[in-house]
Order: sequence, then C-alpha cells, then structure tokens
Amino acid sequence: MSALDEIRIVFFQECEEQLQELETGLTAMAGGETDADTVNAVFRAVHSIKGGAGAFALKQLVGFAHVFETTLDEVRQGRLDPGAEVMDVMLRSADVLNDLVAAGRDGGEVEAERTAPLLAELERLAGKGPGGHGGEDEDAEPFSFDDLDFTPVAFDLGDLGDLDGGGDGPKFRVSFRPRPELYAKANEATVLLRELGTLGPVSTTCNADALPLLDALDPEGAYLAWTIEISGEVTEAQIREIFEFAEWDCDLTIEALGLADLSEIAVPDAGADTGISVADLLARIQGELTGAPAAEGPAEPAPAPAAKAEAKPAAEAAEKPAAGGEKKEEAAPVIRVELPRVDKLIDLVGELVTTQAILSQRLEESGAAATGSDLMNSVEELQRLTRDLQDSVMAVRAQPVKSVFQRMPRIVREVASATGKKVGFQTRGENTEVDKTVVERLAEPLTHMIRNAIDHGLESPEKRLAAGKPEEGTVTLSAAHRSGRIVIEIADDGAGINRSKVREIATNKGLIPADAVLTDEETDQLIMLPGFSTATTVSNISGRGVGMDVVKQSIEALGGRLVITSRPGFGSTFTMNLPLTLAVLDGMVVRVEDDTLVVPLASIVVTFRPQPEDLQMIGAGQAVKVRGSTLPLIDVGLKLGYRDAPADPLTGVAILVEGDNNRRVALLVDDIRGQRQVVIKSLEKNYRPVPGIAAATISGEGRVALIIDVDAMMSDQSFDQFILGNEPIAAE
Amino acid sequence: MSSVQRKAAFAGQEMIAFRVGEQEFCVDILAVREIRGWTPTTAIPHAPHYVLGVINLRGTVLPVVDLSSRLGFPASVPTPRHVIVVVIAEGQTIGLLVDAVSDILSISTDMMKSAPEIAQDQTKTFITGVVAVDSRMIARIAPERMLPERLRAVS
Repeated sequence: MSALDEIRIVFFQECEEQLQELETGLTAMAGGETDADTVNAVFRAVHSIKGGAGAFALKQLVGFAHVFETTLDEVRQGRLDPGAEVMDVMLRSADVLNDLVAAGRDGGEVEAERTAPLLAELERLAGKGPGGHGGEDEDAEPFSFDDLDFTPVAFDLGDLGDLDGGGDGPKFRVSFRPRPELYAKANEATVLLRELGTLGPVSTTCNADALPLLDALDPEGAYLAWTIEISGEVTEAQIREIFEFAEWDCDLTIEALGLADLSEIAVPDAGADTGISVADLLARIQGELTGAPAAEGPAEPAPAPAAKAEAKPAAEAAEKPAAGGEKKEEAAPVIRVELPRVDKLIDLVGELVTTQAILSQRLEESGAAATGSDLMNSVEELQRLTRDLQDSVMAVRAQPVKSVFQRMPRIVREVASATGKKVGFQTRGENTEVDKTVVERLAEPLTHMIRNAIDHGLESPEKRLAAGKPEEGTVTLSAAHRSGRIVIEIADDGAGINRSKVREIATNKGLIPADAVLTDEETDQLIMLPGFSTATTVSNISGRGVGMDVVKQSIEALGGRLVITSRPGFGSTFTMNLPLTLAVLDGMVVRVEDDTLVVPLASIVVTFRPQPEDLQMIGAGQAVKVRGSTLPLIDVGLKLGYRDAPADPLTGVAILVEGDNNRRVALLVDDIRGQRQVVIKSLEKNYRPVPGIAAATISGEGRVALIIDVDAMMSDQSFDQFILGNEPIAAE
Repeated sequence: MSSVQRKAAFAGQEMIAFRVGEQEFCVDILAVREIRGWTPTTAIPHAPHYVLGVINLRGTVLPVVDLSSRLGFPASVPTPRHVIVVVIAEGQTIGLLVDAVSDILSISTDMMKSAPEIAQDQTKTFITGVVAVDSRMIARIAPERMLPERLRAVS
C-alpha cells in the first residue's frame, strides 16, 4: 500500500467522523440550537471534507462541498436565517454529501439528478449574501433603508444592480491580522497577500503598531497586520477562498465598500505594484489614518455602517472557532487502533480467563491450596486481576450507539419524502454503550425497521387527521441498558398492526392453519415469519425482498431477540434485546444428566428446591408455585433431549428465570455447581445455530459447556418438531 | 529448496488416508489442520446422530462428526485409540472421527478417478473421487459436506 493510499484511507475515516459531526450539528440546528459553536462545527465539518477531497482530486465532492460550505457560511455570518426551509435543504445536502463521500471512496459518481437540484437550492440560499447575485431584493433592502437615513432618494436599486454588473465592480477592504498559529501551520502572509493581488488591483497597507521592541520580540510571534483594498471584479467569496485555510488563525474582516467611494478608486494605480517596502507601507498607514476617514465620510457615508454591521459577526465568527478548537484539545487524547489488534487482545484475554479458571479448579481439586492459604490468596488475586483486565479490554470495544442512531434521520427523511408522510423522529439514550460489533451490525436491522415503521406503521397525513391524531407521525428510537443487556426500541404512533389482515395473509400463504387459535400477541409475531410481507403492493421502500424474518435473524445472530407489541390505533413497538458484548457473560453453571450447562445470570431471578405441595400438573405440563404465582416448570434435560422421561422435580433444583416481556418460567436442572464469568464462544462459526442454546463456552475442566437460551426455553415450541419439520429443507 | 522444486514438479496432490471400519478414505492434505487423539465430546441437543458433539480445541468450539456414521456405516464407539482429523472446509473447522490414519499419499491427477456410480445416493454426496493405489481403492471425501446444513430460520 502506498503512502498516498494510506492517507486516503485515513481521509475517508475522518470523513466518516466529519459527516457524523455534520449530522449532529445540523440536527441540533434544526432543533433550534443555532449558536455560533454549533454552526461553526457544521461549517468546519464540510470545510474539512472539502479540503481533504481536494487533495485527492475528487472534483464532484469538492464542487458540492464548496457550494454547501458557501451557503453554510451565509448562516455563519448571520446573513441567512436557519429556518425550517433552509435546514431542510441543509439536511438533504448532508445526505448527498454522504453519498458523494461514499462514491469518492468506492470510485463511483453520484448522478447529477441528485446533486443538481440541491446545488441550485443551496446557491439560491447563498445568493442572499453579497458574494452572490447582489441584485436580489433581500440583499438590496438593508442598503436602501440605511440610505434613507442619509440621502433619501439618491441611492436606489438600480445603482446596486450596476454595482454588481458593472465593470468597476465592488470594492472590499480586507483587514488581515495573522496570529502566531497561522505561521506555525506553515501559512505565509506574503503568499496570501500576493494571492490577493491576483484578484485585482490592490492597495496594501501594513500596520506595525503591535511590533514590540527587539528585546521583547518573539521570533515566532505575529505582530504585523495588513489592510488591503481591492478593486476590480472581485467577490467576497473569492477573497474568502484565498484565506480559507488561514481563516481560523487570523483576524479577518472583509468590508464591502460602496461604489461611490470614488476617492479610493484612484488608489489602485499606486498600489498595483505589490513590492512596496515596509517604510512605504508605514508611511501609507499614516496617510490612511488621517486622510481616509475624511475622504470617505462626505463622499458616500451610507454603505459604510451597513457594511460594518455585517463585518462584525464575521469578526466574531472568526474568533469563535479558535475557542472551539481549544475546547477540543482538552478532550482525552485519542489514538487510532486497527480493530483486529483489539480483537486479538480480547481473544488472548479470553484464553487467559479460561486458563485461569482451569488453574483455580485444578488447585482446588488437588487440595494443594486450602482456603485462606497464601497460594489460594494469590490465585484469587490473579482471578481479580484477570477480570479487571478483561473488563478494561472489553471497554475498548464499547461504543455509544450514537454512531448508528445518527444514520437514521436520513433514512427517515428519505422514506418520509418517498411516502409523502410527515414524520417527527426522536432518539433517546444514544450515548448507551455497547460492543462495537453489536453497534455495527445494528445498522441494517434498524434501517429496515425504521423504513417499516414509516411505510407500514404510520398512516398518511389525511388518515391521521381523520383519526384525530396530529398530522405528523412520530417515530422514536431509544436505547437503554437493562439487566446486563441493551434494549433498543423503535416505536411509532401509527395505526398498529392490522391483525385480521396479518392473519389472512398468514393463512393464505400457508404459514398457519386456517383454524389456528392465536392470541393477539402471537398474531403480531406472525409478521416475522419467513415469506411474510404485508405490503399489498410492493413499494420500493420496504418491499425489497427483505422481510422482518431477515431482520429477526440478524438480531438473533447477535444473540438478541425481537419482540413486537402493538395497540390498534396507537402504534407498534419493536423491541430488540441484545447482549452488551459478544465476548463474556456471567453465568450459573448447572448440571443436567452428565452435561454441564450455563444459565445466563442476568435472566435468573431466584433458585429453589421444589416442594411436593408446590407442584401441580397443568394439562400435560408440570407447574410449580413460587412466590405466590404458578409458573410452568420446564425440564431442561427433557426439552433439550438429554433424557427421554421427565426427571423427578423433587430431586432437582428449579431456577426461576425471566425473559423478554417479563415472562417467567422455572427451569428444572439436576444440580447447581456455582457461578462464574464465561467467555462466549460461537457455536455457529463451526457448526450451526442450535435451538435452545445461545452459545458455547469452555468450562473449568477445559471442556465445552453450552449456554442456555432462556427465552427459547420458554417458547412452547417443541424443538424436536421444529428440527424434524425443517429437515427436508436442511437435507441436500 | 529441493523439496520445493519437487513439489513444483509434482503435478498431483498429497492426501491423508485414514481407516473407517474396513474401508479407506482420504482428504486433501491442504485441508487438514491437525490430527489429534479422541477426547470426550459435549453433546449438542437435537444434533443428527452422526454429530458426536463439540470439543475444545485450544479455545475453538470444534464439532466432531463420526465419519462412519455419516457415511452410512455403523456408528463408531469412540475409544482413546480413535483419532480426530481436524479439517477446514468452507471456513468452518470440523473434526472427523476415524479409526486411524493409515497413509500419506502422493497422487498424480491421472490416479484420480471420478466417483463410481454407487447405489446409495447419500454416500455419493460425500465422495468426490476414487484413488487407486496399488491394489487399494481409496475414496476421497468432501469435508465440506460432513456437517448438517445450517437451518435457515431458527425461532
């Protein structure tokens, strides 16, 4: 890989971060947070992408980013009000920018139909500033009002039109005071000044007032400032472009001077030669300080206040980013590490945990270490350290779900506009942390479920109004930690699941027998069956051949579960319950027949020995009374096929477990061996998913132990039937 | 170096041959990761009869298939003298329980014959060819077909 390729990779990684910043910032702005920090962050994000893209000659991306940035600058300068309409354009532009970055990375292009309309809208918005087509009404108005104060009739729109269209063009006064950082970043004032000279005739004056005496002079300091006046056909945007990579390291104000500032027009000849000595410049400053205001005042005082008023926010804006930059430096330093390295580390720690557990067990068995002995204390210390080490390593992989949540508003916008529905999108708990693998693999199911929620869940605005609901539907995406797992919910306030229709489809497709007796809850879950799709017409939103069954599968592949709850008329909620990490689990080690199994501690409520008076038969199944309620007693050995006949409940131990939807059952096992943290090993990687089993682990004896899938144990389905029923498909 | 040259000149393949009951089978040596002794397995619920269970192979969960049973012969009764041939097939690592490893064969392409028409369809699925070595006929098995298919939807 060449050095350039590596830089390219880093650039696109950074683009991802910038795009996230952009999305966060724009979302905040759309929510009314239009303070300078937020706006600047957004501007910086686009600006950085543009800067980097230029280096890789990504023309389309640079072009779009440039226009986007120009419009953002209008907002930043306070000239464009970030209202709903403007923010809508901005958000959609961010989407296109996203696509352009992706296209740049993968070597494609984005169709012009996607970029062109937005470019036009952005330009239209940006046109309100002086850099654009100044002939627009909104631009002219403040000028003419200001004029009224002084010379009521003399200055009108016609003049302004001439100003922009005319050959003489506008004139600008650029005040440029570099800060030491500018030089530290290898920028050079001379080069910038020379660049300005290429735009048109310039008159440059140097201000050396800040220059200290030689003994106080910092050789790396910045003491000189310049005032440059440009005439000719120049726009403010052109001037800003020259300073674009220096803007945050200098005090820069650009004032538009009036057309009638005639006295100044004569100057260009004198200033045309840029090789003026400092002495000359100093002399000119003197002249400027005394002469210029006098000359300016009487000639045409009107535009000056207006221009100054505009220049002020610019100066403020120029200062703010610097403050923002300092804030950033206060954050903890960050290094980029390739994920495989972290994973290798996690694997090794996993092995260490297993080996440590085996060691402890062997020591105990050998009787060499009595409890409380020095040897045992050392082993316990080792155990504690290993666990800390493991926790720390796992924390490296933990990431807030924010990164994936942030991609969703875009999906919402796209689907909303494609379906013509009005959607308010809310996210909660986006800082909830979960393993990176989980975060990454959430994007696809979430995208699909959000599409579904809008496309199938929410009603059209007319129907909503008719039902007495607000026109705008709401989709809420939330995340929270709950008993050692992460729960992610997607809720809509739509019509809820149409159960009779679902039932009808399921029957027609032969998914359920026509006479099946199903509870409402069971009916809702039918939409997750393979081959089920409620869309009567295949829409291009949800009808992509990917059904809820695939979503369910991808969540189950993560060791998670998906449950649907729905209230007719009030909407549906899709609840995902996922493990925080795919690597470790606290478990209770139990024995069933000759095998060792692990029950996840997070789902255990209590363990108890069933008493004869608590047992009763309900139908063909056994039930046990515990804590005042009667719950099914599931014989794990029987359910998993370890034995053919039910075990005697009185000889075993019951474990009261709680699964999704707070459903509780008691699991009957033969014996409990203790608790420990186990390293989760995939059973699927080399084998295949096993119903009733969540994963595998290595036990203290160094053998494989299986981890029980508590929720699957609760399902009424018989695994035997399930397996047999699938065997024709499974066989070759 | 000379071995490298020999290998380059040798246009065939190397196979590991093993015994299952009275028969001999072989797999491409490149697919074999290691050969290890039998260790007791952990049974997998609802597994087909030929899947003996899983073992811990240095932290990896390794399913073990009783080759005899898989090929339609009587199920093996594993003893410490049995051997597990660890093979990698289509990204999965699996163990094949065999009676013993019998040979390492260097075979040229012309020694490899296509699988004969055997009445039993099931066996045919697993046999990708037959090698004639001396008077022996050794069937080459396809390790990737040893595990049961993944179930599509597990709910």
